[in-house]
Amino acid sequence: MSEHSLKNMMEKPERLTPGHRMCAGCGATVAVRAVLRALKEEDHAVIGNATGCLEVSSFMYPYTAWKDSYIHNTFENAGATLSGVETAYRVLKRKGKLGEKDTYKFITFGGDGGTYDIGFQSLSGAMERGHDMVYVCYDNGAYMNTGIQRSSATPMFADTTTTPVGKNSDGKVQCRKDLASILASHNIPYVAQTTFTRDFKDIHRKAERAIYTEGPAFLNVMAPCPRGWRYDMSDLMEICRLAVETCYWPLFEVRNGKWSLSYEPKKKLPIEDFLRLQGRFRHLFKPGNEYLIEQFQKTVDERWENLQFLCSKM
Amino acid sequence: MRTDISNINEQSPYEDLTEGLKLFAGGTAEQFNTGEWRTNTPVFIADQCKQCLLCCPVCPDGAIPVKDGKRLAFDYDHCKGCGICMKVCPFDAIIMKEGIKP
Amino acid sequence: MSAKSIKERMSGNEAVAYAIRQVEPDVIPAFPITPSTEIPQMVSTFIANGQMNTDFIPVESEHSAMSAAIGAEAAGARTMTATSSVGLALMWEELLLAASNRLPIVLTLVNRTLSGPININCAHSDGMGARDTGWIQIYSENNQEAYDNYIQAFPIAEDPSVHLPVMICQDGFITSHAVQNIELLDDASVKEFVGSYDPEEYLLNPGNPVSVGPYSVSNYAMEAKKAQADAMVRAKDAILKTGERFGKLSGRSYGLFEEYRTADADYIMVIMGSAAGTAREAVDELREEGVKAGVLKLRVFRPFPEDEIAKALSACRAVAIMDRCESYNGHGGPLAQEIPAALFRNRVSVETVSYVYGLAGRDFRVEEVRSVFQDLQDLSENGKTIEQFQYIGLRKKQE
Repeated sequence: MSEHSLKNMMEKPERLTPGHRMCAGCGATVAVRAVLRALKEEDHAVIGNATGCLEVSSFMYPYTAWKDSYIHNTFENAGATLSGVETAYRVLKRKGKLGEKDTYKFITFGGDGGTYDIGFQSLSGAMERGHDMVYVCYDNGAYMNTGIQRSSATPMFADTTTTPVGKNSDGKVQCRKDLASILASHNIPYVAQTTFTRDFKDIHRKAERAIYTEGPAFLNVMAPCPRGWRYDMSDLMEICRLAVETCYWPLFEVRNGKWSLSYEPKKKLPIEDFLRLQGRFRHLFKPGNEYLIEQFQKTVDERWENLQFLCSKM
Repeated sequence: MRTDISNINEQSPYEDLTEGLKLFAGGTAEQFNTGEWRTNTPVFIADQCKQCLLCCPVCPDGAIPVKDGKRLAFDYDHCKGCGICMKVCPFDAIIMKEGIKP
Repeated sequence: MSAKSIKERMSGNEAVAYAIRQVEPDVIPAFPITPSTEIPQMVSTFIANGQMNTDFIPVESEHSAMSAAIGAEAAGARTMTATSSVGLALMWEELLLAASNRLPIVLTLVNRTLSGPININCAHSDGMGARDTGWIQIYSENNQEAYDNYIQAFPIAEDPSVHLPVMICQDGFITSHAVQNIELLDDASVKEFVGSYDPEEYLLNPGNPVSVGPYSVSNYAMEAKKAQADAMVRAKDAILKTGERFGKLSGRSYGLFEEYRTADADYIMVIMGSAAGTAREAVDELREEGVKAGVLKLRVFRPFPEDEIAKALSACRAVAIMDRCESYNGHGGPLAQEIPAALFRNRVSVETVSYVYGLAGRDFRVEEVRSVFQDLQDLSENGKTIEQFQYIGLRKKQE
């Protein structure tokens, strides 16, 4: 995408207004703005939302930041709720209650708590049933809304309020769950993992494909949380760059079962570069804990090799 | 019946709230000022700006309006002063100033 | 009576499925659970055979069934679902949201006891467990009432002064699976009675966006709950109005409850659901023997017709309150709480005795009804002390 395209992209009317109450520097609304920009201006949308930071901050009565129709139901059912909306659309369209030109798109947002964990079943069901909708996970790797508790998306060794680092603890014991792969195993037409790159080309293209591919689509967007990750909030884009360059957060997509890498770093950076900026990993840099970083690196390498293998098969 | 939120406030009697607290309107949050949250403030140096627009998508608050392919002045009613825009600017056209005022 | 009456023989589930085909809602998300499973099965067959223009969503749980129902109804589609027992329990969180979002969803509940132990037979513990979720609750005695109540559910729920979800209940197996005579209405009359669904505000209204489900600070949340509670109070009128209009259509009118030989009764049994028939049979026998017994069959449990019940019971000597549900509070089920409260607040001083009967489908027989009335007589006429909270039909060690 050229400079010109970035101009085109940014000229579109904002569908998420300012005045929402997300923290300064939050990655989640950067993700929302990017995804919504992929909507054609003439298309309507119904936005779904799992309970979480985004929901409590973007629709605080009587202030809604959503210019499109929006529904928040509860925490664990954003998938099922939007599947009901999408079904209603098909029926009303069939019964002539909506004009032929009234096109609606269905996009739901959930944090990793509402997506990887409590809302996992509802998401899986909605995807398996083939609803024409996009589920976007803004993955900030912990339950941030309730005060930074571990989730199954939390990376290993992260210091969270339920995996606190202490005399007998190095933080979270387990590795992240690989949700994008699990969604790919639903054999849905489109799954992608992305985050914010300098020109926002990757997320824009993937959101466009997700929205305009018929059938269910899933986007996993890494959306850093300055509070939970404990980095200087102005460093959002540097954190994202390092996540990609270290292959901690590879950019890839799975279209109709075909895996492909969207970006391959010329020189994969060591994982320390990503970890160092974040307070939640500070303990890994204490003398004597080098083996923990080695372990982290090993996991990243294994996953990256596995992903390269999946992508090379095609 | 469309909602006019100027008729709704925290002292409204219960009969005046919308049914099920649904809001029959879009984008009303724009009327809420989050600029007051700032402890640091970005300042736009228009002369330095090459209109690359890299600062626009990174704003969590959409507080950098774009018109005719060009970014305009900061929307200080909403900018929370996170400084992400300042870090991505390749031309030093954004500087951070301490305090709420530009 | 203006509709064509069609005489048939059907089970309660068949009757409700027949009514669903006639009403033809837009969206039905459902997950199977005994004994309501037949309803989504039959509906799926109607759809498969092109007999109704409805989308069925085969969701992966009851929680998702109600979640999808909320989405579909908010989107502007007439929506219903069916469930039983723990299925309703799993929906519980979403029942609250359906009501607080003021969505006129209809749920047909085939009452089954809640676990544990797991058991598939009738009790009212599922419906009673959801009694404070903000749903209108209407209980049916037989297949005919299940059918009639289902058709009335939509005009009640969608009444602009109400906008609340409605639960239509029938007793699992006893009603849902037993084949009885029934009088059905013709399709066109049902469609006309229910009318088309054209909400004023909904998600899929181009150019008129709606936001549903806010975070609310304390200054709004309490007010929202009061507004919702007011709608439940107003529902009473809508129920009566609809019951009367249904009477004109079918010849069968409905009120908040049905009184049987209560006008001059000394002793009244208050009961809900299928067991009312057994109670009436016992009352007929007792009347033959000179005992002035009567039955008050409660139809509408939410909104609770407190004043009307108190008035109906004000002239008798003693009341037996029958709960097909245990509350684990040591002194009775839900009716045993609400009816004495209604009497007290209306300054009606009548003796009451609370009974739990029929849990997990336990038989409830004419002899047992008679023994309950004997208790009331002993208490009132013979000066005996009667245990204030008793189980009917329970095996226990002889003292």
